Amino acid sequence: MKRVLLLGDEAIAQAALDAGLSGMYAYPGTPSTEIMEFVQSSKDASDRNVHREWSSNEKTAMESALGMSYAGKRAMVAMKHVGLNVAADGFINSAITGVNGGLIIISADDPSMHSSQNEQDSRFYGKFASVPCFEPSNQQEAYDMVFEAFEVSEKYKLPVLFRITTRLAHSRASINLRETIPQKKLSLPVDPLQFVLLPAIARIKYKSLLSAYESLRYESRISKYNNFKDGRRRDLGIIACGIAYNYFLENVGESVNDFPVLKISAYPFPKELIKDLTGRCNEILILEEGAPVLEEAIRGILDDGIKIYGRLDGTVPRDGELNPAIVAKAIGLPLSYGQDVPSLVKMRPPSFCNGCGHADMFKSLNESIKPYGTGHVFSDIGCYTLAALPPYNAINSCVDMGASVTMAIGASDAGLFPSVAVIGDSTFTHSGMTGLLDAVVKNSSVTIIISDNSTTGMTGGQKSHATGRIEQICEGIGVNREHLRIIVPLRKNHAENVRIMKEEFEYKGVSVVIASRECIQTATKRKRSEN
Amino acid sequence: MKNDIILSGVGGQGILSIAATIGLAAVANNLFLKQSEVHGMSQRGGDVQSHLRLSDKPVASDLIPHGKADLIISVEPMESLRYLPWLSDKGWLVTNSNPFINIPDYPSLDEILKEIKKIKNHIIIDADGIAKEAGSARSGNIVILGAASPYIDMPFESLEDAIKKLFGKKGDHVVETNLKALRAGKEFSVT
Repeated sequence: MKRVLLLGDEAIAQAALDAGLSGMYAYPGTPSTEIMEFVQSSKDASDRNVHREWSSNEKTAMESALGMSYAGKRAMVAMKHVGLNVAADGFINSAITGVNGGLIIISADDPSMHSSQNEQDSRFYGKFASVPCFEPSNQQEAYDMVFEAFEVSEKYKLPVLFRITTRLAHSRASINLRETIPQKKLSLPVDPLQFVLLPAIARIKYKSLLSAYESLRYESRISKYNNFKDGRRRDLGIIACGIAYNYFLENVGESVNDFPVLKISAYPFPKELIKDLTGRCNEILILEEGAPVLEEAIRGILDDGIKIYGRLDGTVPRDGELNPAIVAKAIGLPLSYGQDVPSLVKMRPPSFCNGCGHADMFKSLNESIKPYGTGHVFSDIGCYTLAALPPYNAINSCVDMGASVTMAIGASDAGLFPSVAVIGDSTFTHSGMTGLLDAVVKNSSVTIIISDNSTTGMTGGQKSHATGRIEQICEGIGVNREHLRIIVPLRKNHAENVRIMKEEFEYKGVSVVIASRECIQTATKRKRSEN
Repeated sequence: MKNDIILSGVGGQGILSIAATIGLAAVANNLFLKQSEVHGMSQRGGDVQSHLRLSDKPVASDLIPHGKADLIISVEPMESLRYLPWLSDKGWLVTNSNPFINIPDYPSLDEILKEIKKIKNHIIIDADGIAKEAGSARSGNIVILGAASPYIDMPFESLEDAIKKLFGKKGDHVVETNLKALRAGKEFSVT
């Protein structure tokens, strides 16, 4: 058997390739990015001609994957948890259309928000859409589960949600690989109306989705990823979901047979297995990485059954990711600790790289906006969000992809002048273009600065769909050529850039300033590979 | 056998190369391994760490529990102190002496070194200086790995083999300077 050392993300990618994947779709987002990156650099993928281009955003990725599935082939789409919000329309409705070729949606959650704006738990989406949801507990299981997820997807003709979290995604382990399965041939759905969600058809399809849910429960009960193991103790039983099971094992060590424990890695909740546990124990502890999804379901509104410990009663903190210490405390095991961090150790927040074009752009922006006071700059998601920190203190918002443009429009509607948006190139083509169209149609008084570093920088320099196209896109959307300004954010151009920004702030209409300079990281990488 | 190692430094200082070297050596020694990395936002000049766990038995948690790390390997002196809650009382701290100063309130280096010297088992090494002598200023991270190697329960040769494998694509010269760096670091620790 072949063994390789892979990140959790890479294990999922390799598994998909080994399971006969024909198309991988994604938009970069921590902690999911490495799935597509691995497929793109994989020799297997290139030998087997697997489709592997980035998409403009998670919605286009989701829908393209659904199209690949429509054509009978196995497809995977990967995104970070908030990306699933962007893709939600297609995702939820794909449960109603159902699939043809197997379809897996990877959603990588980021509890503790290492690199995110929230810590939503994607398992909610599994229930919401009424689809099977898998949550591997370790990297090997992540690899193996992809095969089963494709099988379940094709057996029930449903998309499968595959939820991972940061620690699994970004931790390496040695993986045993399976034999490769060949790709499926092109074959259209038997029912030509399967994907046509006209109300009359959707009503019928929704009923069959609802009735399939009981079968999915049965799958969960017999799934090899959900195991109940009895133990000696009767006072406390444990339910551990996904990666929480590892922290349980880490803590109990040799005394693993003391506790009755139910490991859950496949949803819907395996009702019978939960009853097996609760029938044997006086009290139970629920360990979940993320939100108390299972805990809320078991407690219900009345919460008058068995005594339950978990995130809702404070046994486990209500927010943030789990770790060995939190789980030890929750089980009631002794805690170990080294020494406190000496007080002289200072925070070292992330900052702009030396030679970053965003930094020079913000210096010019700060100077040109100064006469108007603070509170005029809406921003977005990318490296440039770091300008919220000192010494720049330059931006007043970062909400979701593309929101800089649309929030600037709303604030301008309310009378804020000037109203400025700062958005990166990749974020602009992800979700900024439609907002710009709103601004053009309404002739909003906004200045949109597109800080173009010609890459998707924050996630490590993936190809940006915007590269070389921003000017044309803005013109095409209808931005007046006279108010479409191109600047190069370099220190030597500072005075000129300040002048241009000031002019555009004063313009009572839509203006776009494209500040273009290649990301210093990707430029260095590019030069190295050219040499 | 169990080695729980925390690697620390600042984004871009090459802690992932250290992790990759130890990881390759662990696989060659048929050990179980988990190695948790930080990707994404914190890479931009922020503090970064990696939890590296080697064992002859399967490893459960991706994260090392507090108080259980056998070794902290740090490419930066202040960063080595950030992970003291994880260091076991018998653990070793091996750190570069050269600070990476990208924050305005970076403390005095003397004070930092004083704190490090309070740790029972510590090694402070001028990795940048030794790397330069070895012929590659960019191999400071591998010098530190060499200095930490006596506390990693794998044959030194397996680390050398891992370096050959990891840097092989970059040519013989890069492999040689990194091997020199590794050996120079070890030399510093054992003498």
